[in-house]
Amino acid sequence: MSVDILSAGPMLSVQDAGRNGLRYFGVSSAGPIDANAMALANALCGNPGSTAALEFAGYGGRFRASRSVRFAVTGGPCEIRVENRLVAVGESHWLAPGETLSVGVLRGVVWGYIAFSGGIETEPVLGSRATHLRSGLGGVDGRGLRTGDGVRLGHECGGDCLRMATPLSGTRSPLFASGPIRMILGPQSNLFAPDILTRLTSETFVVTPQRDRMAMTLGGVELPALGGHDIVSDGTVPGSVQVPGSGVPLVLLAESQTTGGYPKIATIASVDLPRLAQLPVGASVRFATISREEGEDLWVAQRRDVRAMLDGLVPKPDGVLSSEYLLSCDLVGGVTAPDEIAGMDLDG
Amino acid sequence: MTPSFLPVGDRALLLQVSEIIDAAANKRIIAFAEMLRTKCPAGITEIVPTYGSLLVCYEPEVIRGAALEAHLRGLWHSYADEGAIGRLWHVPCLYGGEVGQDLQELADLKGCSADDLITMHCGAEYRVYMIGFAPGFAYLGGLPKPLHTPRLRVPRQYIPAGAIGIGGQQASINSVAGPSGWRFIGWTPWRNFDPSRSPPFLFHAGDRIRFRPVGADEARDIADQVASGALSPEPEEGDTA
Repeated sequence: MSVDILSAGPMLSVQDAGRNGLRYFGVSSAGPIDANAMALANALCGNPGSTAALEFAGYGGRFRASRSVRFAVTGGPCEIRVENRLVAVGESHWLAPGETLSVGVLRGVVWGYIAFSGGIETEPVLGSRATHLRSGLGGVDGRGLRTGDGVRLGHECGGDCLRMATPLSGTRSPLFASGPIRMILGPQSNLFAPDILTRLTSETFVVTPQRDRMAMTLGGVELPALGGHDIVSDGTVPGSVQVPGSGVPLVLLAESQTTGGYPKIATIASVDLPRLAQLPVGASVRFATISREEGEDLWVAQRRDVRAMLDGLVPKPDGVLSSEYLLSCDLVGGVTAPDEIAGMDLDG
Repeated sequence: MTPSFLPVGDRALLLQVSEIIDAAANKRIIAFAEMLRTKCPAGITEIVPTYGSLLVCYEPEVIRGAALEAHLRGLWHSYADEGAIGRLWHVPCLYGGEVGQDLQELADLKGCSADDLITMHCGAEYRVYMIGFAPGFAYLGGLPKPLHTPRLRVPRQYIPAGAIGIGGQQASINSVAGPSGWRFIGWTPWRNFDPSRSPPFLFHAGDRIRFRPVGADEARDIADQVASGALSPEPEEGDTA
């Protein structure tokens, strides 16, 4: 029982909830860049939250399964076909053995997820199947998946294809905020002059092509530090905004190194990190600062809302897909709403 | 030593003791981290000791940063143990050769022979200040002053696992292959990280390291034994804390 990769999109990798508790040995968590999107993909297939699924950047690829499986694609809008039939993003569908699943190009976002019922069962490494591309851990030999690879599927308990009770929309969902990306200053914001800190929230940054699962670099605004950009290395987290000597900030993501020697001017709020990471190259981005307590409140509320969303999935009606429902699936914003982050700046 | 507490976003905080490389601060941080690990308050997800600070990650659904900060402050002040003496490892090192490509240039730079440089490097006792950056990567303090050397302007794209390096005032043992701007003077056939081994990580923060020069034949022999699983490196008897 396996999924064969007939053609692999860029950075197609096996991810699960990630490797936890090993940062003190230099092992970063890996796991999905957009954990909410992956959790939704799994839940739509009836999988527990820790199940391994596929993550891709930009374009998914073509797949074939050796047994009947349910699958779901999340992350943002894209064209999905089973053979020649178009099927919807954000709900699960059956894929019969031998049928070809084609997952096209994501529109307006970068990271997409494909879950299969039963999950992907590559060998766990240090307690996780998540692929850490830089250090070659997990997944298939610690690397991205290639055309011709096959990955083993786990057993599934059977069940219905699922969808959300209320279609998800970037503008209407209570889960996904709009407006500037929020950040909490520190831990080394004291190394930056007040006018440089003001730049953080008064100017517009641009997402550059220098990005991978480890970090994304933001252009357009320079953030020079007083007295240089070297600190005695300390701990980092996904969301750390490091500023190296160039003055060009980079935001660490799921596959970041665990320690670093560049000052960290701020940390992206946990609820907004996937929104930031999903922004396409060239998108404008504005920041706002909030307190740690506000960040915690937002996180706790989002966890609760995500759980409610996942618990509230409903079986799809048998056979018939109402066109009314399909039309109501306004997934243009996907799980994130990139146009809302930058507001008018996307056009200006 | 009174720590300051700095927010690292909404799911981590930094307990900072020193902003410079200081053995006493590092020792206390590591001992405190070990203590926290055994009496881990609910909601803590990661404890990462570094040179002069401790990163503590937490889950706000279980504990809020302000409460955790107060808890850690109390623990820090009531905690008297300065920490155990770290385990001592005699790490075999093949100096020079392909991996230790900077040995001769460094000796020339320092105005000594390669042998003198080796004597200096393996005559010192190093302290593992922290494990970080990549899985198992050991940052070592205790590099003799004459060996302090700035990093390369342009990093090399491929340095293998086991490479023994010098970067500024620090020394290192590489754990995984990758790019690096450090200078490399040797290679150990040991693997400080092997995900298929139990335990996967050889060194802990706070351990002590001495390098033992070996010849090419012995290095190859050790590498073969390590690869086949016949040899699992151990710390010195009686030195385990």
